[in-house]
Amino acid sequence: MTAEPLPTRPSETTLLRAAFANRSFLIGFLITAAIAAMAVLSFFWTPYDVTNLVVADRMKGLSAQHPFGTDHFGRDILSMIMVGSRNSIAVAVVAVGIGMGIGVPLGCWAAARGGIVDEALMRLNDVVFAFPALLSAVMITAIFGPGAVNAIIAIGIFNIPVFARVARAGALAIWPREYILAARAAGKSGTLITVEHILPNIASILLVQGTIQFALGILAEAGLSYLGLGAQPPMPSWGRMLFEAQTRMMVAPHLAIFPGLAIVVTVLGLNLLGDGLRDVLDPKLRRER
Amino acid sequence: MTAFLAKRLGFGFLTLVVASVVVFAVMEILPGDPARVMLGMNATPEALETLRNQMGLNEPVLLRYLNWAGGLLTGDFGRSYTYSSPVVDLIGERVIVSLPLAIISLVLSTAIAIPVGIYAAARRGRAGDTVSMGAAQLGVAVPNFWFALLLIYVFAVWLRLVPAGGFPGWSGGIWPGLKSLILPAIALALPQAAILARVTRSAMLEVLGEDYIRTARAKGMPRRYVLWRHALRNAMIPVLTILGLQFAFLLAGTIIIENVFYLPGLGRLVFQAITQRDLIVVEGVVMLLVASVVVVNILVDICYALVDPRLRVRG
Amino acid sequence: MSLLEIEKLSLDIAGVPILNGVDLAIGEGEVMGLVGESGSGKSMTALAVMRLLPNAARATGRVAFDGIDVLAAPEAAMNRLRGDDIGMVFQEPMTALNPVKTIGEQVAEGIRWHTGASRADAEARARAMLDRVGLPESKFPLSRYPHELSGGQRQRVVIAIACALNPKLLIADEPTTALDVVLQAQILDLLRDLVSERGMGLLLISHDLAVVTDMADRITIMRHGEVMEAGETAPTLSRQEHPYTRQLARASMHVPDRKKHGPAAGGSSLEDLPPLLSVENVTRDYPGRRVSLFSKPEPFRAVDGVSFTLQAGQSTALVGRSGCGKSTLARMILALDRPTAGAIRLNGQEVSAMDEAALRPARRDMQVVFQDPYGSFNPRHEVERLVAEPLHLLEEKPSPARRREMVATALHEVGLSASDMDKYPHEFSGGQRQRLSIARAIITRPRLVVADEPVSALDVSIRAQVLDLFADLNQRLGIAYLFITHDLTVARAITDEVMVMHEGRIVERGRTGEVLDNPQSDPARALVAAAPDLHRALKRRMGEQGVA
Repeated sequence: MTAEPLPTRPSETTLLRAAFANRSFLIGFLITAAIAAMAVLSFFWTPYDVTNLVVADRMKGLSAQHPFGTDHFGRDILSMIMVGSRNSIAVAVVAVGIGMGIGVPLGCWAAARGGIVDEALMRLNDVVFAFPALLSAVMITAIFGPGAVNAIIAIGIFNIPVFARVARAGALAIWPREYILAARAAGKSGTLITVEHILPNIASILLVQGTIQFALGILAEAGLSYLGLGAQPPMPSWGRMLFEAQTRMMVAPHLAIFPGLAIVVTVLGLNLLGDGLRDVLDPKLRRER
Repeated sequence: MTAFLAKRLGFGFLTLVVASVVVFAVMEILPGDPARVMLGMNATPEALETLRNQMGLNEPVLLRYLNWAGGLLTGDFGRSYTYSSPVVDLIGERVIVSLPLAIISLVLSTAIAIPVGIYAAARRGRAGDTVSMGAAQLGVAVPNFWFALLLIYVFAVWLRLVPAGGFPGWSGGIWPGLKSLILPAIALALPQAAILARVTRSAMLEVLGEDYIRTARAKGMPRRYVLWRHALRNAMIPVLTILGLQFAFLLAGTIIIENVFYLPGLGRLVFQAITQRDLIVVEGVVMLLVASVVVVNILVDICYALVDPRLRVRG
Repeated sequence: MSLLEIEKLSLDIAGVPILNGVDLAIGEGEVMGLVGESGSGKSMTALAVMRLLPNAARATGRVAFDGIDVLAAPEAAMNRLRGDDIGMVFQEPMTALNPVKTIGEQVAEGIRWHTGASRADAEARARAMLDRVGLPESKFPLSRYPHELSGGQRQRVVIAIACALNPKLLIADEPTTALDVVLQAQILDLLRDLVSERGMGLLLISHDLAVVTDMADRITIMRHGEVMEAGETAPTLSRQEHPYTRQLARASMHVPDRKKHGPAAGGSSLEDLPPLLSVENVTRDYPGRRVSLFSKPEPFRAVDGVSFTLQAGQSTALVGRSGCGKSTLARMILALDRPTAGAIRLNGQEVSAMDEAALRPARRDMQVVFQDPYGSFNPRHEVERLVAEPLHLLEEKPSPARRREMVATALHEVGLSASDMDKYPHEFSGGQRQRLSIARAIITRPRLVVADEPVSALDVSIRAQVLDLFADLNQRLGIAYLFITHDLTVARAITDEVMVMHEGRIVERGRTGEVLDNPQSDPARALVAAAPDLHRALKRRMGEQGVA
């Protein structure tokens, strides 16, 4: 008998302390919080009005008045990035919500029922995975017309199989545990067992997957807007700003730099947050450290 | 092994059938009349009706699906509404751009990612690990089209080493064509490489913690030998999974990247076809891309069986 | 000078002390038994000798093997030592072999590395070695992969790897803990023969005093990272001078106090009563693995026409080798799985035919205790909720106050206090968790508790206490037990009757003492002969080592 380390379930406060002691989590949390704060702030205040076109100020470089410069309509880039963050965040949040809301119940159902239900759902998943996600998103937005709402739906649909797969894999790992057998011996139904025992124990992997899909959603939304299929003007969006910057890059490279950096920083923050969360929540990885 | 292969091929075919139904159904919902697209806005109702009959658009849905799907099986993808040429020819012209692009970027990302992942795992917790994984973390966060813009600015606009976009074709020799694919391939490959390097590292670390690694070390095998001869092959299993998934990502990525670089490839073809409501082209290209994802996944499964003897007996 | 000398070995992992001043010496050809409960540091001692410690470990003191200072030697020198002069066998055969390499490669690899032999020579030696450990070429060619072998066969491959180059010292860390008793006896025999025919020293690490007594010339007893006592096996264990040695020996031989009752002792009156549980001709098939695409898979029959009855208040053991179908049978009795054919009745009602809603009254009457004290509880629920789970079966939901009261009573009955109610499972030790598990099982006042290997994951001293608790509850509450176990000592300690199961069938049934002392069927005889027995082993040792 080797010395088996006791599986621990730290209390919420020690978990929180461990989380903030984790470098990835801390940096990721700070970046994410800053981006979220920026989005909220943009509702009340931006340095300039993004609908206000000042032709005299076209494509100005960096200055004290316009720290990130101005675009070809003379709009302040910093203000546009601030307002654009709303769009990115909203699309990604709702898309993750759609994916989790439909995918997790499906995955749990497949794991609880097994057999033909499981097989059919997973085959269906394979079919969805066979479609290159962005291609299909382009198709969907093209069918229903470009716009933020359709971008959300398009990205959300492709989050469903991801969460279904993660939830199913997590649930399948919990089902053979002895406490599930004990719950069955206590006459509890599959649904009740899923709610009481399975979901709380797969919540952490779902949370980690959620941050990953959030980051991917932001990238996907930027891609769709770049193709002109996301949020429509005059609503600024990061992807569209990059599209508009492309033809003017030779004269004003700053037009492309800052919106791109905004995407990179946001995605980086979310990925760091996800990595940190996984380190803190997954006892197997924690033991290795 | 044959049973395994037969089952896999069967599921692959089934996936394609379901996908074809989905694609066809989606295109049915799509607003826009192909006949009007071909004849333009000023066509008379009589002319439209004649063309519709010619194209079989007035036949029942099921029959039209069967005609279309049957055509796919025999290599007849129909005729484009806007280009008035067979879809197969259009695809043929474009595939010679997209396929080399996809292959170059896949090879590039694998060639970078796997050695970096192994290196980071072997030097876990030390400077080499921290630096390479920090770079990977950044690479995952970079949107490929933005990275493409930066590459254009630096290598095409500033250094003037390669063209900023467009494709001269292969007729002028391999090099000019290849030269215009370098930047797009790098832009596609790098974010993928970052993901793959992270997966490789964590797969290696997972395997290095297994009991059989300790058994090998207890045999007196040095650390480096154990890493290459015992750990690597076991770690390849999750890496292959990601590689298979990435192929689909890569294909989707070409839509944007081909637009950034004005490359006349499949991605650009399908994007233009969608905006022009050229349904038959969209259907054909999407089915081709889905089929290539299915084929790649079957190849990945065969690789699994080659790597892992436990999968060889399974029916 | 001894082959291996460990002096004042201390070890900490990331600042947590693991070993404290361990002394141990093994001579050439000597068998040393290293005994201790979990957390005593015996595995870490072995890994320190191999210098295969975790990265965060810091060791001080002296470990000398054949004149080489192990703790200070360069890595290259250690690589020469490992696998050549010191071989090691691990606990878990299922994961100890690389799944993607053939067994031939894995045995030959070390031979080639250390001797520089050609591939053909190394393979010839590997073949001879595998043949020696009982895996002849005709049935087990070198091209076999580990997944094509059973656990016992894999452990033979690991032994072949460790002994391929005739090491001077073989370290075996719980080599049989993951195997059933019959396999355990076979593997121990193999180790004993190899050690004596090749003159190897053996460091045998085990938690099982009987196994060590059977095998070892000398014994070292460890606890909490320190050596408690060391010496020749028979005198050490018979004199029991150190209090911990005495505690360990007594716990290993512990038999709970219990009045005999039930039909075996109580005469014929009980047999006239209707049985509590009756299992009638129960069979369970599992779909088999498809061999080819066109043939229909042969179903695998896990349980094959089993019939028996159980009286109220009776304690019965179901023993058998691993894979004999005993756990499948238990799951069917608990209505967690359905028989392919046959019927299971509880209180005369056929539970095997009921749907989940109709099962509720029956479920109140039968509960379950599992083996793994760590996997038995949802780590996110507090004790009150965990223990109260079966109250879900009551027709009327008890009020929160009543619920707490019932949980408190159940906790009290298993020797825990009501104040434990708001704790989480990770705050309890393994033995306490098994008490929680029992509290959960008895809260609905069931008439039958099925216990699947309930003490085999526990250390001996804890095991003795939990067995006492089972015996006590049987007396006080009149609960009938079906004890599923591979450990005959447990069966003997706590049951009136024993059933021996083999390949899906019950091959022998009778009063526990009679079956274990005088088994009639071949499978029962094999089990009894293979079971480690401290009394018997000690008697034999004392004869050899001349202690009165």
